[in-house]
Amino acid sequence: MKNNYSIFSLLKNSLSYHENWKQAWRDPEPKKEYDAVIVGGGGHGLATAFYLAKKHNMKNIAVVEKGWIGGGNTGRNTTIIRSNYLWDASAGLYDHALKLWENLSQEINYNVMFSQRGVMNLAHNLQDVRDLKRRTHANRLNGIDAVWLTAEEVKKFCPIINTSPDIRYPVLGGTLQRRAGTARHDAVAWGYARGADAMGVDIIQNCEVKGIKRNRDTVDGIETNKGFIKTKKIGVVAAGHSSVIANMAGIRLPLESKPLQALVSEPVKPIIDTVIMSNAVHAYVSQSDKGELVIGAGTDAYVSYTQRGSHDIVEGTLKAILELYPIFSRMKMLRQWGGIVDICPDASPIISKTNIKGLYFNCGWGTGGFKATPGSGDLFAHTIANDEPHKLNSAFNLNRFVSGDLVDEHGAAAVAH
Amino acid sequence: MFIINCPFCGERDQSEFSAGGEAHIVRPKQPTELTDDEWADFLFMRKNIKGIQFERWNHSHGCRKWFNVIRDTSNDKIHAVYKMGEKPPSN
Repeated sequence: MKNNYSIFSLLKNSLSYHENWKQAWRDPEPKKEYDAVIVGGGGHGLATAFYLAKKHNMKNIAVVEKGWIGGGNTGRNTTIIRSNYLWDASAGLYDHALKLWENLSQEINYNVMFSQRGVMNLAHNLQDVRDLKRRTHANRLNGIDAVWLTAEEVKKFCPIINTSPDIRYPVLGGTLQRRAGTARHDAVAWGYARGADAMGVDIIQNCEVKGIKRNRDTVDGIETNKGFIKTKKIGVVAAGHSSVIANMAGIRLPLESKPLQALVSEPVKPIIDTVIMSNAVHAYVSQSDKGELVIGAGTDAYVSYTQRGSHDIVEGTLKAILELYPIFSRMKMLRQWGGIVDICPDASPIISKTNIKGLYFNCGWGTGGFKATPGSGDLFAHTIANDEPHKLNSAFNLNRFVSGDLVDEHGAAAVAH
Repeated sequence: MFIINCPFCGERDQSEFSAGGEAHIVRPKQPTELTDDEWADFLFMRKNIKGIQFERWNHSHGCRKWFNVIRDTSNDKIHAVYKMGEKPPSN
């Protein structure tokens, strides 16, 4: 890779007051034709392009992005990475991603600040205890690290949690995945963009797809605001807007798009050195390297593309946060935002071919796509390059909604959807 | 977050209501004769429109009645509300 980032490049550039750093990726105009076009320049789309170029030697490809790269859900999530899913198919998928995370900074020569600070999931009632214990057993059978913690052990692991038995939803225990953690989300998009660009991938921003041209059951290309681009393979990775693209191709997907919110507080000194999630009261919290509390709320229950969220949802989340962490009662919240998440009926993603030859969809990640970014890109690239799914994503096909072979992670995924 | 004009109770906050998803999906008349593809289409496939969408809502913390709403999902603006069984307003 040209212009390798290292301690030496840092020293060298410091001599010129950091004014001579090269652009991390080009800003090309679209060519007339590509071997494949990825629609959507978020983490998943850029990772797909990166692995298409790196592992499948497809270098005449483009990523088209309506806005700017990483400006959608990639930059809007709460950066949590874990793989403690219940079902075998999900465990395979998410742990594949987690293994790629562990070497990602080296692989793309870009510091994604991956921090394995652990993710703890709390249990607040007897059913939670049973479900979470069952999930730790399932995880361990699949080779994924997971331990059950008693309420005392939870308190020891994170002393600021209120484990008093007289709160509305007392903490009865929790699970811990120590390999889980967080990463800097925009670095993931930038790093993959830089890596893909260095291998010749064209990343075209401000390029909105207006239509998909079909020749009967084969794709012919895409209409964009920068003109027609001919291609035989289109990989759609458009998150909340997947259905919009699908409608252009004349197909429907089993998705509903809903706003999901997050918020951050003012920065404070280190107080939480892990990620704590609670399914029952729907609140999760971690602390960014800048010191802000990063808090995730729930989705609105209706379809909307507004990229904001309802106030009552934030209110509910903050009530739960305050009961679990009374120490935060005087913290000020600084920013709140929403992203549009595309949710499948079984709360599992779709990485699949379609009935139209050359049209592929990677969607339905719902509220938890960030954690899967490297794995999703790797497996989607495999699916596009070979026109066949990899064994790790074969269960996540579109046909499961016809066959009934769903991967039902509702509730089982360690967080409510 | 927005205000919904319930046809039975009047204007109330959206948090009083439950969204029931896409409206006018007709239940199959002969369920036993449906193919797997038709079942998938009925049960799972949705238009999920960005723009004007016809949908069902239930006033779950009020009169608990179902009704239809025409809403622009790109800005949450409600264009019309009409009762179950009624034809959607034509504007």
